[in-house]
Amino acid sequence: MSPEKMVHMANQIATFFKTQPGDDQAEKVATHLQDFWDPRMRSQLRDYVAQGGEGLDDIAVRAARLIA
Amino acid sequence: MKDFIIPDDRDMGTPAKTGAPVTLTIDGFEVTVPEGTSVMRAAAEAGISVPKLCATDSLEAFGSCRLCVVEIEGRRGTPASCTTPVAPGMAVRTQSDKVRKLRKGVMELYISDHPLDCLTCAANGDCELQDMAGAVGLRDVRYEAPQNGGLANHFEARDTSGVANPEWMPKDTSNPYFTYDPSKCIVCNRCVRACEEVQGTFALTIEGRGFDSRVSAGTATDDFLSSDCVSCGACVQACPTATLQEKSVIEMGTPDRSVVTTCAYCGVGCSFKAELQGDDLVRMVPYKHGKANRGHSCVKGRFAYGYANHKDRILNPMIRDRVDEPWREVSWDEALTFAAQKLRGLQEQYGRRSIGVITSSRCTNEETFLVQKLTRSVFGNNNTDTCARVCHSPTGYGLGQAFGTSAGTQDFDSVEQTDVVIVIGANPTDGHPVFASRLKKRLRAGAKLIVIDPRRIDLVKSAHVEAAHHLPLRPGTNVAVVTALAHVIVTEGLMDEEFIRTRCDWDEFQDYAAFVSDPRHSPEAVALLTGVDPQDLRAAARLFATGGNGAIYYGLGVTEHSQGSTTVMGIANLAMLTGNMGRPGVGVNPLRGQNNVQGSCDMGSFPHELPGYRHVKNADVREMFEAIWGTEIDPEPGLRIPNMLDAAVDGTFKGLYCQGEDILQSDPDTRHVAAGLAAMECVIVHDLFLNETANYAHVFLPGSTFLEKDGTFTNAERRINRVREVMKPLNGYADWEVTQLLANAMGAGWHYTHPSQIMDEIAATTPSFAGVDYALLEEQGSVQWPCNEEHPEGTPLMHVDGFVRGKGRFIVTEYVATDEKTGPRFPLLLTTGRILSQYNVGAQTRRTDNVVWHEQDLLEIHPHDAETRGVKEGDWVKLASRSGETTLRARLTDRVSPGVVYTTFHHPDTQANVITTDYSDWATNCPEYKVTAVQISPSNGPTDWQEEYAAQAERSRRILPAAE
Repeated sequence: MSPEKMVHMANQIATFFKTQPGDDQAEKVATHLQDFWDPRMRSQLRDYVAQGGEGLDDIAVRAARLIA
Repeated sequence: MKDFIIPDDRDMGTPAKTGAPVTLTIDGFEVTVPEGTSVMRAAAEAGISVPKLCATDSLEAFGSCRLCVVEIEGRRGTPASCTTPVAPGMAVRTQSDKVRKLRKGVMELYISDHPLDCLTCAANGDCELQDMAGAVGLRDVRYEAPQNGGLANHFEARDTSGVANPEWMPKDTSNPYFTYDPSKCIVCNRCVRACEEVQGTFALTIEGRGFDSRVSAGTATDDFLSSDCVSCGACVQACPTATLQEKSVIEMGTPDRSVVTTCAYCGVGCSFKAELQGDDLVRMVPYKHGKANRGHSCVKGRFAYGYANHKDRILNPMIRDRVDEPWREVSWDEALTFAAQKLRGLQEQYGRRSIGVITSSRCTNEETFLVQKLTRSVFGNNNTDTCARVCHSPTGYGLGQAFGTSAGTQDFDSVEQTDVVIVIGANPTDGHPVFASRLKKRLRAGAKLIVIDPRRIDLVKSAHVEAAHHLPLRPGTNVAVVTALAHVIVTEGLMDEEFIRTRCDWDEFQDYAAFVSDPRHSPEAVALLTGVDPQDLRAAARLFATGGNGAIYYGLGVTEHSQGSTTVMGIANLAMLTGNMGRPGVGVNPLRGQNNVQGSCDMGSFPHELPGYRHVKNADVREMFEAIWGTEIDPEPGLRIPNMLDAAVDGTFKGLYCQGEDILQSDPDTRHVAAGLAAMECVIVHDLFLNETANYAHVFLPGSTFLEKDGTFTNAERRINRVREVMKPLNGYADWEVTQLLANAMGAGWHYTHPSQIMDEIAATTPSFAGVDYALLEEQGSVQWPCNEEHPEGTPLMHVDGFVRGKGRFIVTEYVATDEKTGPRFPLLLTTGRILSQYNVGAQTRRTDNVVWHEQDLLEIHPHDAETRGVKEGDWVKLASRSGETTLRARLTDRVSPGVVYTTFHHPDTQANVITTDYSDWATNCPEYKVTAVQISPSNGPTDWQEEYAAQAERSRRILPAAE
C-alpha cells in the first residue's frame, strides 16, 4: 500500500484512541494493529517507522514499536 | 424429493388476537379463543368455515360483503361473524335456513355483475368467488338487464347491438408483474385495505359510490404503474378473484406444489412459498407464518426472480490464461484443475499468504462456512473477507466493543411495542421495505419517529406517517449529532441512572458523562458544523429519552464513514443511557444490507476471526477447529478486501477466489479495484453472470441461485431461516458443491453430501450455533442465535439480564472531521444509496422487469445548486471527484439539501464508485461511500473513462464457441 495511505490509516486509529481516557493509548493502538492488520501491513509500518516515520502521529509511532 | 410440510395455512378470516380466554360454542362445539377474536375466527379455530368474501386474516374485519352472517342465540338479526367479537357463553349457529337464504341472495347479487368465463379465467382453481358460489349452493341468477334499458353491469364491453358499455373499463396491464381487470372486481375492498394496513402506501382507493364504486390507483389519469403503487403484491395476494392477478399465473396457470424458502434479496429475510408446476416457478408468495415478514413482501422478493433463468446466466465453467483473451468453455474437471494448479503455483512462488477468498453475503451459511474453511484449512492463511467489510463491519466492531457481541438486539416483532423510533442513516422504505411496512404500521398507531438523515427520505413524510423530527445533518457529521443527543440527555438529567448503575460499567460511564457534558458537544455548539437546528435536536433527544420504549434502527449511512465504528458506539451509548435494552420495543437494530450478510459474518468470513466472532490469535479456538479439520490454522489475521487490493498492487497478493460478490462494481474507487484485480495472476469468479469483476477473471465457475440449493440464511434479527432446493441447479452444482470440488482439486479430501452436514460442523465448533440443526429448523420454522443448551429454541431478544460481555461499556465518541473535505475544486458532497426496485449492484434486478422503475442511476441535486451550474432536469451532468469522473442524468429535487448530491450504484454503465474514494472507517476499513467531495458540470454524454470501460468489458466478455 502507498505510504501515504498507510500513514493515513495508522493516524486514524491513533486519533481515535487518543480521545479515550487512560494513559495506555499507544498500547491500545498496538493491540488494534496486532488484531486487525495482516503481518505484511504491520511490517511495512515497522519499516516505515524505522526509516523515520514521517507524517505519523506520535502515538502511532510508539504503537508501531510495540507490535510484532 | 420431499417438500417441507406446510403448517396450517388456512385463511382464518380475521387476524389473531391476544387476550384473556373466552369460551363459546359454535354449532354446539365448545371453543376457547382470546378475547377480541371474531366469531368468524373462533369458528375457523373450531374447524368450521363460515362463507366470506371481504374478510381475510391479514386484514382487519370490514363487514361489507354480508356473506358471513350467522345467528347468535339471544341476539336479534344476523350479525356479520367477521365484525362480531366473541363473548363468554355465546352460542353461534353458522348454518340455518335463514342464513343460507341470505347468503344465497348475496351471492346471486354478486354473480349478477360478474362474468361467467370461469373456465378460461386466470383465477380458475384459485378463486374465492367461485368457491363461495359453490359453498352457498348458488344455482341460478335471476337478475337480468331490463329490456331496452341498456346494460347495467361492469363486465360486458358492448351490448348485443355493439354499443359500448360505459361502465366497462379495460384491463390495466401497465404493471410488469400483475394486471388489474376491473370487470372482475367485486369491490370487497381487500386490495385497498391491504395497501393501507399491510403495505402502508395508500396508493389505492375506492372511487364513486354504490353501483359506481371502482378500485382506483391514484387519479383518474393514473394507471397502476404511474400511481404511488410500489408493487409489493399485497393487493394481489388479498384479491379473492382474478381482478388483481399475477401475469405469470395468467400465462402458466395455477401452481400445483409449493416449497417454503427464504428470499435472497435484503437482510429482512422474508419467508416465501415458491409455488411451482413441476420445476417451473409460477410465483413467489409471501409465507404468512414467516416470522420476519408475517406474510408481507416487496417488489423484489415477490416478483423479481426472473434473473434465475435469464439468458445471460453462464452455465458452463470457463477459463483463460490472460484477461484480454476470450473465454474458453471447458469441463468442470478442467476448470477446477486449472484453478487448483494456478493457486498452488502462486503459493509456491509467492508464499502461503499470497492468495485468498471473498465469501458471499448472498450465499448460504453453509457455503460461506466452506469458503472460509477453504482459505483457513486448504490455503493455510486467513485471507478471507466478505461484503460486510464494505457495509456493516463497523457494526461488528462497535457493538462488539460496547455489548460484547455484534448483532441486532431485537426481533422485527419488537417494533410493535416501540414508542419512539430513531431511524439514522437508513432508508427502510427503499432498502428494507417489508420492515418499513411494519414500522409504518406502528407509527400509524401512534409511535413517534425521529429521522436523522441528510435527505428527506420517504419516511419523513408520507401517507399517514410524519416524523416528529427530521435532523437533516451534513454528511460526515453523525458522531457530532449522536454525541449532541447524548449531551442533552445527560446534561438535562434524562438518563436512566438505575439501568446504568446496574447494567453498565459505572466508572466508564463517569468518564463518558464528563466527556459529553462538555459544552462543546451541545447542539448549539455543533450546529454550524452539522447544519442541524439545535432546538430540534434538543426536542428529539428529550422525546427519545422520555417517550417510552425507544428503539434505534440504522443502516449504512451510519457505518460507511471514516467514523463509522465511532457512530455505532455512539448509538450503543444512547441506548444504554436511556435504558432501552433487553426488552421488547427497544434496542439497537442494524438493518443489514444483503440477505446473508449477518450469516457471512457469523460464519467467520472476516480475516481476524473464526466462526462465532472468535479471534484467530486464540489458541483454544484454533484447536477446536484444528481437531475437526486436521490442519493447522494460521494465528495471524489475514487481509481485508481493501488490503488485498493494495497488496495486489504491491505484488504480494496474487490469487483470489471470489464467490457471489462483484467487488469491481460495489467497492469504492473503481480504478484502484481494477488495478488490484489486473495485478493478480489468478482471479476465480464464482457467480451467476459475467459480472464486472469477471472482466479481470481467469476462471469462471457458474453459480446456482437460491432456488437451486438447500441451506440457511441468517437475517438482520439473527434469525436462521431455511433455504430449500426448489429446482435442480441449472449449472449442475449448488455453490457449496463447487467450493468442495475446488478444495478437493487442491487435495482437501472433503466429502459433504448435504448442507445439513456442514451445519452440524458449524454447531460442533461454534457455541452460539451449538443447538442448531436442520431437524430443529424443520420443527421451529426458524431460530434466532444464540441457540444452545441455555436457549434451546433460540434468543429473540439479546442482553435481557446482562450484556454478553458482562457490563455494558460507554465509549467516548469524539467527533473527528473526515479528511474528505469540500473546497473550490470539489465544492459539493456526494452521498450514495439504494432504491426500492433495484438491489445492490443490480446484477439480479437489472435482469428483471424491475428496470421499468429505475433504468438508470440519476443524480439528485438541489435546484439552487443546479441553477448556478446551468443544469436542468434530465440533463447529462459530469460528476467528478479526486478519484475519477462519470456522467449521469440530473434529477432536481429538494429532498437533498443545497450542497449535497445523491445517487445510487445499481448500474455498471454509470459506475458511481469511480467517484468514491479510498478513505475508510478508522477501525475496520469500511469504505467512506457516504461522503465524497465532488463537482458537477453540464456534459454531452459518457466520459472517455466510461467509454473505455464499456469497451474493455465487452472485449472481456467474449466467449469462444465450445470445442467439439
